[in-house]
Amino acid sequence: MSDHPHTGAAEAHDHGHDHAGHNKIYFVIGAALLVGTIVTVLARYWEFNSVALTIAVALFIASIKAFLVAGYFMHLLSEKKMIYLVLATTAAFLVGMVGLILWSDADLPRGSTQKIHYVP
Amino acid sequence: MDIPYTVKPRPDTGLYNAKVGIWLFLASEVMLFGAFFSSYILLRVGAPDGFWPDVATAWPHGLLNIPIGTFNTAVLIISSVTVLLAWASLKEGNLPKFKKFMAATILCALGFLAIKSYEYNEKFTHYVIRLKDGTAVTGHLDIDGKSPRFWNLATVEAKKLESIKVHVDVPNQFRYPVGFKHESHAEAEAKAGGHGAGEHAAREIKTADIALLQAFIPKTGTFFAIYFTMTFLHGLHVLGGAIVMAYIAFVGDGMWKTDPERYTNRVEVAGLFWHIVDLVWIFLFPVVYLL
Repeated sequence: MSDHPHTGAAEAHDHGHDHAGHNKIYFVIGAALLVGTIVTVLARYWEFNSVALTIAVALFIASIKAFLVAGYFMHLLSEKKMIYLVLATTAAFLVGMVGLILWSDADLPRGSTQKIHYVP
Repeated sequence: MDIPYTVKPRPDTGLYNAKVGIWLFLASEVMLFGAFFSSYILLRVGAPDGFWPDVATAWPHGLLNIPIGTFNTAVLIISSVTVLLAWASLKEGNLPKFKKFMAATILCALGFLAIKSYEYNEKFTHYVIRLKDGTAVTGHLDIDGKSPRFWNLATVEAKKLESIKVHVDVPNQFRYPVGFKHESHAEAEAKAGGHGAGEHAAREIKTADIALLQAFIPKTGTFFAIYFTMTFLHGLHVLGGAIVMAYIAFVGDGMWKTDPERYTNRVEVAGLFWHIVDLVWIFLFPVVYLL
């Protein structure tokens, strides 16, 4: 759709071969997402010896998958400025929200501890 | 009165209005799920290691069924492709082909929900049992061959059961705080009569010995609370998406004859919603199942 932003469905009928090409991209991205899922699951069993690294790897793969879905399935790679404006605003508020929450968790008064350590 | 710009792009945005509308809605969805993911992170980093004995706050690991979760992820990814193929079929002017792909998408959605329901039931029938001597096990109850849901110690006492049969998980799946007295793998196997890992060994436990018995439901602990909240909210989105797509494809398809371009745009907008449902799951799956 986004490649023909000013055309309706009827006009797009003339570009049937384009859509066959698009469908191919959808299959390729779909396959990439399935492979990404399997890699994420396998990565859980690799011995990183670091919780932070394990989490980073899983979230990195998830971010790539999210980029593929948003970019190709949702056609965000070729969208109008208005949509980018909406999403940029959302991203700013999302980063603000998550960032402030994490900051509040990390920035504790000196001498206090938020973690509960169980002592048997 | 005609609704303006359902097909023609509005001059200032360059888009038909429904597309701006759905993106604004998706933006609010990002904030909604963003808030839940933030809550998840806070609960997670504030949790003590392991699962015992603070069942309410500690974080269990490896509790969810990863093969099933992986399969469900694949189901959602496939449905994301079929909804695009449905939309592309309309672009080619092929309504029957569109309907086939929409039917496939809706089937995937229902399949996802069916699998999720099975997983939920698995949790509702799965128990943590801590004994008064400090040992702890997980497993399924076996009450006259049935596996009851939602029980707790009060239920067992109310039924005046002197002991309960438990199919114990071998090995116990949880990490423990250092130094905590727990049943080792070897001990569990010995009690289970030589059952191998992954098998469920039946064990009779006296009611009088039980300190805590709790099914895996939201109130059991913060992990279960956030797991059920997030996956149920996501499940509601799957259900909502399936209902809307079923309506568009099989009830509201008269519009294809009267206004095909507007109809095609409706499908695109529904598809965009469907992709965000997939997108949320892409993060939810590793976060709750794998990490």
